[in-house]
Amino acid sequence: MAIFSNEELQEFTELQKRYGKPAATLLPVLWRIQEKRGWIDSDAMEEAAAICQVPKSHVEGVVQFYTMFFDKPMGRFHVQVCTNVSCMLRGGEELYNHVRQQLGIENHGRTENGIFSLEEVECMGACGGAPMMALNDTFYECVTTEEASKVLAETQRAGVNPKPKFVAQLPELSEAANR
Amino acid sequence: MADSPKLILPDVPGLRNIETYMQHGGYGETLRKVFTMSPTAVTDEVKKSGLRGRGGAAFPTGLKWSFMPKGNEKKKYLLVNGDESEPGSFKDRQIFEFNPHQMIEGILIASYAMQIDHAYIYIRGEYEHWIKMVRQAVAEAYDRGVVGPRMKDTFKPSGDGIAYSVDITVHKGAGAYIVGEETAMMSSLEGDRGYPRVKPPFPAASGLWHSPTTINNIETLANVPVILKMGGDAYSKIGDPKHPGTLLFGVSGHVNKPGVYELPTGTTLLDIINKHAGGVPGGKKIKMVIPGGSSMPPLRGEQLEGVKMDAENLKAAGSAIGTGGIMVMDEDTDIIKVLTRISKFYAHESCGQCTPCREGTGWLLKILQRFEQGNAREEDIDLLHDVAFNIEGRTICALGEAAAWPVRFTVERFREVFEQRVKPGLKIGSPNRVHALRKGGLEPVQIHVPMVERV
Repeated sequence: MAIFSNEELQEFTELQKRYGKPAATLLPVLWRIQEKRGWIDSDAMEEAAAICQVPKSHVEGVVQFYTMFFDKPMGRFHVQVCTNVSCMLRGGEELYNHVRQQLGIENHGRTENGIFSLEEVECMGACGGAPMMALNDTFYECVTTEEASKVLAETQRAGVNPKPKFVAQLPELSEAANR
Repeated sequence: MADSPKLILPDVPGLRNIETYMQHGGYGETLRKVFTMSPTAVTDEVKKSGLRGRGGAAFPTGLKWSFMPKGNEKKKYLLVNGDESEPGSFKDRQIFEFNPHQMIEGILIASYAMQIDHAYIYIRGEYEHWIKMVRQAVAEAYDRGVVGPRMKDTFKPSGDGIAYSVDITVHKGAGAYIVGEETAMMSSLEGDRGYPRVKPPFPAASGLWHSPTTINNIETLANVPVILKMGGDAYSKIGDPKHPGTLLFGVSGHVNKPGVYELPTGTTLLDIINKHAGGVPGGKKIKMVIPGGSSMPPLRGEQLEGVKMDAENLKAAGSAIGTGGIMVMDEDTDIIKVLTRISKFYAHESCGQCTPCREGTGWLLKILQRFEQGNAREEDIDLLHDVAFNIEGRTICALGEAAAWPVRFTVERFREVFEQRVKPGLKIGSPNRVHALRKGGLEPVQIHVPMVERV
């Protein structure tokens, strides 16, 4: 029971006022756990259950239901490649197979050094920029297999993923925007 | 093309910043005028405009608002649906990126019309980058006092005006297509698994925490400030009279310039594909088009002549407008491979509550995989059709229809493709042709909003 500091717990209490019910903050709490730990283990589920005033079994059910919550450790960079129709029509499957071979792991697998994990995903809402892949929150759109290789190599080398070629730049974020 | 009105995504650089938005009239006279009108008068103006929902069902927005009970015995909520997870749909993302404040202003007007206490913007978790943009926009709006408790001072009414304020919270999803369904979204927001609920009771009677709730799509709400600014009558004259306004058409697949195009409803499908999205690479013929996201009935290439993109005309043509996500497939496309991928998606995304959907989507996928691998029998064609037909109308939510429609209508409209597939020695096409043709590197996604904003 030590994932969150008292300040963070206070933040959740404030957030719960916006929803009226503590249970409604379960998704934000789980997101915060995953940001801190990389995945959601049994102890974390217990802590989330206490914060949101729901049974632990409820938390387990919610974690299992949503595809973006991890119930096992994943790579520091979670690589997602879409193979749904719009991407498939423009080479999404070819891109996925290329990335899979480059990383040497299968769907939902993790590289031995823990840097990458891989997921073949359903639509990510980048149909106009197909084919696409994502490293954590960063979308790489209109990406060729050659570019994908470069992104993976650069990420492995530098420990940070390169900026995508086509993406809108975020304005300076205020503290409130990150909540 | 130059004359097409740009109501949702005008060509204004930097519009996502609140200063620029306000310089162009945002959070200004229109909003002040709204707060001097009665809530019923605001709803009536939206009714007059003929605005229909942009999330898929094209339900009249003003009518939906009028279902909300009057009186204040319980808190009232607005749930803003930004979950767009349907393959082929990527339009709301452009609003988050280029014009989030118009959406927020739409939320304020809708909230006032229904006397909402709190609005939640639910955005799919995969859009983290865009969630940050919306959070930034909401934070700016709070700082300026155009949202939240300070609204009462900012828009201090003169004369008979009514003081009003509403709070907005941005909520991040976690990856589940079904959550885009309105009752599933309510379950998800309440901290449960995103299971749809049986209707009735409808959300207006019993929604979030059993309180009256209205669920509107992002694009629907982004239209509202325009309607109140130009007047319902003027808005109703744009595009098709039965489905007025502009739509954000997301064009993907085998076109030279995939992207989002804002065009009046009633624009023909072939104009969107050929004039706006640059036509099909290599001048190839179109084999199939799915006009409104992957759940809509596909149309044959030969069926496209004269088809107009709005709810009524598309229904008459044998499909539906959905989210306006147009997926184009050229003559070399393997229809069965595409359909198998669609069925894989719905089998993956079925929440599992209803047996016809849980079992049926899996069976559709299994039978289609037999066709894909060349192991299908002739009787599998009718079996596929029967399984699809028996899912429809037998589930709590519309995911059943979403899974069944593409299969049933593809079997009905492309039967010869399935018949050929059960014969041996068939040459199978490839859906990856465009990518193969463009080995030299792909162009950036074409969006009519100036690329200068993109790095």
